[in-house]
Amino acid sequence: MQRTILDLWVGIFVVAGIIALLVLALKVGNASATFNVGDTYQVFAEFDNIGGLKVRAPVKSAGVVVGRVDSIQFETQRYVARVGMKIDQRYKFPRDTSVSILTSGLLGEQYIGLEAGGDSAMLKDGDVAKITQSAVVLEKLIGQFLYNKAAEGGTK
Amino acid sequence: MPPISAWETRVPERLASGLRGIGHRVVDGIWRLGYASRFFLLTLLRSTTAFRRFGLTVREIYFTGVLSLIIIIVSGLFVGMVLGLQGYETLQKYGSSEAVGTLVALSLTRELGPVVAALLFASRAGSAMTAEIGLMKATEQISAMEMMAVDPIARVIGPRFWGGVISMPLLAAMFSAVGVFGGYLITVVVIGVDAGAFWSQMQSAVDFRQDIMNGVIKSVVFGIAVTAIALFEGYDAPPTAEGVSGATTRTVVTSSLAILGLDFVLTAFMFTGI
Repeated sequence: MQRTILDLWVGIFVVAGIIALLVLALKVGNASATFNVGDTYQVFAEFDNIGGLKVRAPVKSAGVVVGRVDSIQFETQRYVARVGMKIDQRYKFPRDTSVSILTSGLLGEQYIGLEAGGDSAMLKDGDVAKITQSAVVLEKLIGQFLYNKAAEGGTK
Repeated sequence: MPPISAWETRVPERLASGLRGIGHRVVDGIWRLGYASRFFLLTLLRSTTAFRRFGLTVREIYFTGVLSLIIIIVSGLFVGMVLGLQGYETLQKYGSSEAVGTLVALSLTRELGPVVAALLFASRAGSAMTAEIGLMKATEQISAMEMMAVDPIARVIGPRFWGGVISMPLLAAMFSAVGVFGGYLITVVVIGVDAGAFWSQMQSAVDFRQDIMNGVIKSVVFGIAVTAIALFEGYDAPPTAEGVSGATTRTVVTSSLAILGLDFVLTAFMFTGI
């Protein structure tokens, strides 16, 4: 086979392969959303119980993804979980924003929900959010319910 | 006491020959493994020719990559369509038929794309490589090269190795992309799942680094394994018609097993502890 035709075919092959990778990255994956995370600031929050929260879980406010969970550590001083979140620089939240761990749907993945407060000062890089609400643990909830039922039965 | 039969007197001898057989196999296997490792190392060390005279490598990319395109694209399309069909059947029972996009994309980018593309690559390109080099050896072309002071590993093996390693990830990416398109074709165009939900659920579930890049890494590893095995089997084949046919069979069997084994190991490293 002639050299030029061979080169042409190999060129087409390589370009098609790269296009396939780009399609996978941009159309199938979320690379378009992953690439522009350059400008973020980090905020911490402490929880008694994080349930099934994982690193890279979304941080949402009013249902919109504003950031991602960056780190989860166990604080040995006070026995709480310290969760670091990277939040997009475009979104500013007041200092008294309440941070809670929520579940999407009945069996869905867990994410962090931010609810803005009324403070005029904004959260800065490295700040710790004070108002937090831990994940709901189903066993505890059921236990509490049964305990209340039993208490009701006792008074009757 | 009954007389000792002729058979009984030969028991220690038979035992020894049996043990010798086992020992011989083990020593042979280790020797072959060492030979293969040295061959692989030598290929890497002498691969400067493959890049300095890149035309040789381009030729091999044509034979291993471009000529495998048809089978990769057709199988990718059908694998994606089957995944879409089967996934839809099961998911619609739980009322979440839109998640079929996630199912198709994750299965393809994480596992099926690299693995099935590599299996096809092993049987389409790997076997051809082994047969070609085995025949070159049988017809004494390799000895002739050595006679002319041309290093056969640099001139014949190196370009083929790098051609295969470059082609494999590109083929796997095409397989996955075409597969996702096949899934889209069946579930959205034919069955009528909502296109917006199909793509958006897929995009929110498939992570670029975690899923797509790990798939690419897998396909590179498979490319190295398949081409190294194919080239070694060809180079090591006895220079007879029987030897070449045996080597070709061994290439397909060994590289398929290597792909599946490596896939398990890589998956265990990549996708646990998320």
